[in-house]
Amino acid sequence: MRTLTYGQSLVEGLRELIESDERIHIMGQYFLGLTPQRALVGELAAEHPDRFYYPPIAELGYVGAAVGAAIAGMRPIVDLATASFMFQAFAQITNEMANIHYMSDGQTKVPMVFHFNHGIRGGGAAQHSHSPQAMLWNTPGLEIMLPSTPYDVKGLLKTAASTDNPTAWGDHVKLFMIEGEVPEDDYSIPFGVADIKRKGSDVTIVATSLMVQKALAAAEQLAADGIDVEIVDPRTLVPLDEAAILESVAKTGRLVVADECHRSCGVGAEFSAIVAEKAFEHLKAPIRRVVTEDVPIPFSAPMEEYVEPTEAKIIQAVKGVLS
Amino acid sequence: MLADLANDQIIEQLRLCLLIRRFEEELIKLASDRDIGHFHVYIGQEMTGVPALYLLQDGDLTFTTHRNHGHLLARGVPARQMYAEILGKETGMMSGRGGTLHLCSMAHGFPTTSSAVGGATPLATGAALGFRRLGRDRVSVCLFGDGALEEGSWHESINIAAMEKLPVIYLCENNSLEALGQKAGEYPSSTLAATDLIDLVTPFGVPTIQVDGCDSGAVHNAMSEALDRARSGGGSTFIEARTVRWPGNRPIWPELSTGETNLAMAWDASLIPDEHRVWHAEQDAVLRFVREILAANIVDKDEILAMDSEVRKKMQAGVEFALQSDYPPAAAAMEKALA
Repeated sequence: MRTLTYGQSLVEGLRELIESDERIHIMGQYFLGLTPQRALVGELAAEHPDRFYYPPIAELGYVGAAVGAAIAGMRPIVDLATASFMFQAFAQITNEMANIHYMSDGQTKVPMVFHFNHGIRGGGAAQHSHSPQAMLWNTPGLEIMLPSTPYDVKGLLKTAASTDNPTAWGDHVKLFMIEGEVPEDDYSIPFGVADIKRKGSDVTIVATSLMVQKALAAAEQLAADGIDVEIVDPRTLVPLDEAAILESVAKTGRLVVADECHRSCGVGAEFSAIVAEKAFEHLKAPIRRVVTEDVPIPFSAPMEEYVEPTEAKIIQAVKGVLS
Repeated sequence: MLADLANDQIIEQLRLCLLIRRFEEELIKLASDRDIGHFHVYIGQEMTGVPALYLLQDGDLTFTTHRNHGHLLARGVPARQMYAEILGKETGMMSGRGGTLHLCSMAHGFPTTSSAVGGATPLATGAALGFRRLGRDRVSVCLFGDGALEEGSWHESINIAAMEKLPVIYLCENNSLEALGQKAGEYPSSTLAATDLIDLVTPFGVPTIQVDGCDSGAVHNAMSEALDRARSGGGSTFIEARTVRWPGNRPIWPELSTGETNLAMAWDASLIPDEHRVWHAEQDAVLRFVREILAANIVDKDEILAMDSEVRKKMQAGVEFALQSDYPPAAAAMEKALA
């Protein structure tokens, strides 16, 4: 099978969607941030200029406009660039986009996707490093996808663009250059189906987004020490494949969660709560969370590394639940 | 001034404005002896909503606010379903999921009501963007009060609409005026530094029209002009319709402080009491419309009273229908968050 970078696969997915469904329009163009691959999006825009809309720097206005356009029959894929900018648009996301289907008793559908680049990028400091997926998960009415591989990003995007629900799509900025196998044939990945990124028997790591890659790297090192970890990647938070998480924990009896949201009320906190409520009898050790500490993200590199979830912290946590 | 419409169309507008007035009066009476929660009535603004929305076509979309009852009724949403929704009953348009604050009827072109001030302006703008990009000859109408102009969402939206020349009409129902022509600082509810609401629009280059929102003909003309512009690719229009605040609207929970509307006041000034004399004699848009229709000899008093009687019976039946309807099963609350 051929190999693509995450960024290449993402843009290929956008291209195929534009070319297969004339209702799909792209709003914004920073899907790949300011990374070296950003020109790929520019090429796509040059090929399909009538399918791109460049909004003013008005996140509230243009995300809301995407909601209205979706109501009118368009299928917008909106790019918010850095996740931290989403807060400008939060009133439209949480109070309009997510509520409209429910409030209308299902009469009005909002078939759209909104994309954001989340996470600690290195030197992004407090206002360009957010991972707002837990805040979004606290907003019923949204589907949430967090790809971690080139294969997953394209397959999940295809599903996101085909559902009648608004989908939040978060990519970690450090994923764009990683490479992986992507089939040439059309495919999609259903929402709510976790992927076991590594099979193992000693400890379950439930990881999302970039933390899946960090967990895979940690697993290699742990294997050298004779520790066999299983990595569960839910891929979508809404809907969530709880069964896959619980099944893995039932097998290993030990859980480490790895996610880049802050510790309190984060995605990792929710995974932990689900397992504590529904699989407590299988647990042989307390759950450990490898997450971002509860402070704004500092600029200085050593401080940044101190608060972020790292490969080394995953290794430490896995050894901790085994001790 | 009456709109330049056929007599049967004027009569239909009369029926709609009576329907809205009686709908709200029945609702206030219903709320007088039971707690039905927070709601907002359209009394006094009927002659903005009725003639403006009368001109819309199937497929056009209207985005409204918390003061939405009159807008939906003007487009033909059944009153009994609205009463049921306002009471949280299963027979409401949204089976009780939204209530008065989120009334919607996609079949009538109302996709959602945003009850957050400024919530709907991006939505209406985006619907117009969708129409444009999908090549659909449709118009989006955004209804809001003067307070929405205090929100950043409105400024972001009109900028997008102006730059893309979108087919969206911003219809601002300014009910904060005690009299026409007030200066900034004298708005009872608006907190805006601008001297005039349309001063906020001018920099964007969007054409503006100021009308007396109690003058059905003026509203008709303004909306006709805006719709022609939108449908011919000329872009957006901002209309400020100035209405007078109904005296019963002062408390958060409205009161029938002016009593149930006595249409005979339109032709017999001796019936007008001293209390609220200005309201009945000059400001009430429904009485004014009735006077104009009588002066134009389109219908006579008896026909108006007969129509009113029919409308009132229908409203009472609607309330009864809503009261008799069942609440939705509580567990249904867990359904429909997602499509």
